[in-house]
Amino acid sequence: MEKSDRLENVNPKLFRKCDERILSSEEQDESVPDEFDNREIFDLIKGINDPEHPLTLEELNVLELNNIQVDNINNEVNVCFTPTIPHCSMATLIGLSIQVQLLRALPSRFKVSVQVTPGSHASENAVNKQLADKERVAAALENSYLLEVINQCLTMNHGG
Amino acid sequence: MGRLELLQTLTGHQGRVWNVAWNPQGDILASCGEDKTIRLWTNSPSSQGDKLGNWTCRSTLVDAHQRTIRAIAWSPCGHRLASASFDSTTAIWERRQQLNTGRGADFECVATLEGHESEVKSVSWARSGRLLATCSRDRSVWIWEVENGENEELNGEFECAAVLNSHTQDVKRVAWHPERELLASASYDDTVRLYMENPSDGEWGEVAVLSSHSSTVWGLAWESNVSERASKGTRLATCSGDGTVKIWQEFGPNNEEGVAPGPDGHPAWKCICTLSGHHGGRPVYDVAWCPCTGYMATACGDDAIRVFGEAEGGDSMELSGPSIDILATQRSAHLQDVNSVCWNPKMPGLLASASDDGEVKIWMFHSD
Repeated sequence: MEKSDRLENVNPKLFRKCDERILSSEEQDESVPDEFDNREIFDLIKGINDPEHPLTLEELNVLELNNIQVDNINNEVNVCFTPTIPHCSMATLIGLSIQVQLLRALPSRFKVSVQVTPGSHASENAVNKQLADKERVAAALENSYLLEVINQCLTMNHGG
Repeated sequence: MGRLELLQTLTGHQGRVWNVAWNPQGDILASCGEDKTIRLWTNSPSSQGDKLGNWTCRSTLVDAHQRTIRAIAWSPCGHRLASASFDSTTAIWERRQQLNTGRGADFECVATLEGHESEVKSVSWARSGRLLATCSRDRSVWIWEVENGENEELNGEFECAAVLNSHTQDVKRVAWHPERELLASASYDDTVRLYMENPSDGEWGEVAVLSSHSSTVWGLAWESNVSERASKGTRLATCSGDGTVKIWQEFGPNNEEGVAPGPDGHPAWKCICTLSGHHGGRPVYDVAWCPCTGYMATACGDDAIRVFGEAEGGDSMELSGPSIDILATQRSAHLQDVNSVCWNPKMPGLLASASDDGEVKIWMFHSD
């Protein structure tokens, strides 16, 4: 996870951000139970910064609304992210950042699973297994250097 | 069928609790976790004659580790405790008489074992108390020799007897056989490996590879109750990120079933039973085999604790495998993942569990 001076993906493709969420009258009514939906999860993580570009994961199309599933009954949140290139060495770091953001923002009852979009990365299985191993994630988050890098990615860029 | 009755919830740890372990006498429960402390819980029976449900924290062991304490293990005599930490060391604690405090014996850190390159994940004492095993994220398993006898005070004398590099990934768990000097290790590489000392040259080496799980093997438990069927430790239970528990059986030379021996004539280990479909596809983080009753308990990433038992009258010597039934499912046993389960070695049915929710719970299993 060392950050190299050379960019891996020199000229990433940019994508249009999705529109602001429009609040329905039902959502603003406090008496109606408001369950988590994929749009709310998306809004929690779309502003995460890419580790190498001054762009958000939404702008790079790493995160898409349709790749997020929420199951409120079973307390499951599943997020698939798409690395910009199939050999992206930052894939684990990006996945960790998404996971940390969701662990901090969601109630602890949720089981959060973060995976690479099938077919989008050369080491898909290895990255997925590592992200699913909570013991290794816990150990990684005790590494102060790594935590600093993750916190930088999580310094949310809500502008523009 | 059966059920689990919650006797008590023990709070005090900050953050996730990774492991619980009863001492061999069954009167102290140790727990450890993210907060870098070990808590020792003892029972003070209340006047109402309630023998089981008044556990309190007697002492908190601190300052030996810089990072998460992942696992703890009692020596067979109960005078020593070992703790494995993400700070890449293993600490040895020894019971020392406290003079003038009126508190009886307490535990002091008397040695720190260094050598692993990264997080230590598990630690286990051999039956003799003479050998200790540790394993790490660095893919190795270390065997340490303890020079002092069980009844002498330790002077920090531990020597590394072997470094075993068979696994190709992070090693999650080590567990010694309940009687023999046979060690099992479980890994992120999806396998379990067994090791023994070669009597001719004194070198430790791998004697079996158990491959069948399709993801990380998190837990290991030797069968340690004596039954009519077999002596201690002829079967091993393993649990995995693939959501299953598997039972493995040892087949010695010239076994009746005609199973061919392993390499170099070592006993062969075969998976004789897979418990699948019970754990909701979630990782099973721990499995415990009760030394009193033979029941098996599992700790699962779906917050539940389950208890399994072998159907009576089943002919377990058949290669088709034993018939193991689920006896109880305690859903929402904790608010988050259950990381560890441990049966009390003296009190049949008494079970302790630890969770990411920061709590330790004490249960009684009723087989009804």
